[in-house]
Amino acid sequence: MTSPPGQVKGDGEVAGGARPENGTPLLEVRDLTVNHGQLRALDSISLRVFPGEVYAIIGANGAGKSTLLRTIAGLHRPAAGSVLLEGTDLTRQRPERRARQGIVLVPEGRRLFGSLTVEENLKVGTAYARPGPWSIEQVYETFSWMRDRRSQRTAQLSGGEQQTVAIGRALVANPRVLLLDELSLGLAPVIVQRIYGMLPQILATGLTVLLVEQDVSQALRVASHIQCLLEGRTTLEGRPADVTAEQVEAAYFGLAGVAPAGPPVEGSESLWPG
Amino acid sequence: MAWVNAIIQGVLTGGLYALFACGLSLMFGVMKVVNLAHGDLAVVAGYIAIFVITVMNVPVLWSFLIVVPVMAVLGYALQRTLIQSSLDRGVLTTLIVTFGLSVVIENGLLQFFTANSRGIGAGLPLVSESFSLGSQIQIAYLLVVIFAVAVVVLSGLQYFLSRSKYGRLIRASADDQEAVQLSGADYRHVFGICAALAFGTVALGGIAYGMYSQLSPTTGTDTILLFAFAAVVIGGLGSLWGTLLGGIVLGVAQQIGAQINISYELLAGYLVFLAVLVLRPQGLITRGAQS
Repeated sequence: MTSPPGQVKGDGEVAGGARPENGTPLLEVRDLTVNHGQLRALDSISLRVFPGEVYAIIGANGAGKSTLLRTIAGLHRPAAGSVLLEGTDLTRQRPERRARQGIVLVPEGRRLFGSLTVEENLKVGTAYARPGPWSIEQVYETFSWMRDRRSQRTAQLSGGEQQTVAIGRALVANPRVLLLDELSLGLAPVIVQRIYGMLPQILATGLTVLLVEQDVSQALRVASHIQCLLEGRTTLEGRPADVTAEQVEAAYFGLAGVAPAGPPVEGSESLWPG
Repeated sequence: MAWVNAIIQGVLTGGLYALFACGLSLMFGVMKVVNLAHGDLAVVAGYIAIFVITVMNVPVLWSFLIVVPVMAVLGYALQRTLIQSSLDRGVLTTLIVTFGLSVVIENGLLQFFTANSRGIGAGLPLVSESFSLGSQIQIAYLLVVIFAVAVVVLSGLQYFLSRSKYGRLIRASADDQEAVQLSGADYRHVFGICAALAFGTVALGGIAYGMYSQLSPTTGTDTILLFAFAAVVIGGLGSLWGTLLGGIVLGVAQQIGAQINISYELLAGYLVFLAVLVLRPQGLITRGAQS
């Protein structure tokens, strides 16, 4: 599949044809603009996440990925645009209200409660949980090591274990949309593989996932739909199968207007181990 | 024998100081609020108790059943309005705002109740009588009761914080307010509950002090707040049982100082306070027992 340079976005939209476009998206973001002081972190970003999808936002550092997730969760106030859950506008609602309605974020850096035990962390997750398949018992069934270590402080866990507890704490709330912010941050690749390996099991319980990932190959492996951000703007969108390495690279680094279609740029292999 | 007496009296007074201190410690440990109006609120609680006893004819010993809930509601309301809005502007702002609150309360009390000091329940056997231990040691029933109340209050708080849903949310909010929101909890409501607990304990402290000694509009800052600070610092910030230990150490130091020379009572307490600040600034019990 060849595509003329500079038209990456148009191509991505064609790829979206396989999605249930005519249904109501579970989560919709319309023209979201967020400023951090003078800096425009997000510039009119839109996305539609349909039930059962794994929607991945990729992009380099500072592209606005985390800001996007945090704004959807209600932790940032957008300058313009709206966030809708099944057509209901949540833009004015506080983060705890959104969480109770099923938008649950696993924040960057885990953010576990350090003075609480593993089980207490999970119990905080259940405090305002919606009814659903996930319970603390179900989390222990899925991640069996956790049961044995439930009375330990989370500070005693490894990074990968902490990340799993953070996911567990979000799951017990029975979210409709699970927002995952940089699961791979600071973790060994083999641990990252293992955590992403749990995703199908989690999806099987009827969740929808919107994730942010710097590790592009990982994102492409798990996602059913990807969107690439660069400096707060969308540069590429589509199904992983329908986008080429060159397109992703151009969108990721902003080379679209610079590099003509030709031999792959040096370094693409390291970006693309899969 | 006089020294043994001093130590026993000091230990028992420590219970009273723990009642002053545990609310201060709780609010600092969870919200990072240094409540400079803490002592004045104890005095307010004492005056409410006097009102409830004299005007509403509630028995002295049961007055706390009205005063504690009233102060708890006041605590929740103050936290959700004044304290939270100053907290949103930065931790230092709370220092200024609670200092202002302290000045307002003190002058308000002076305006409406004059500078006269008042006691609570004077003449009641529990308040005025004591029992003998041997020939030289006299122990006031009141101090024993206050000490027991302090232990019950601290145990109850500890149990609530470690076992209940809101206790967990309080500890979680102390760790990370944003992460608590992501689990669906409004940390401002959780902070309000925490302030209600703190104000409930300070209400007991105010009533107890009114029975033990006399309350006047300035007692809050010149006695209760200072003793509470000393007990919290000696015991260790953020540790509930540390406030009892801190209170006991402060009480014993004061009594031993008074034994040497009656004018050394306060001085000895503050010397121990300074010594702990210099030698063991984290306090005798380090953080972890509570939050």
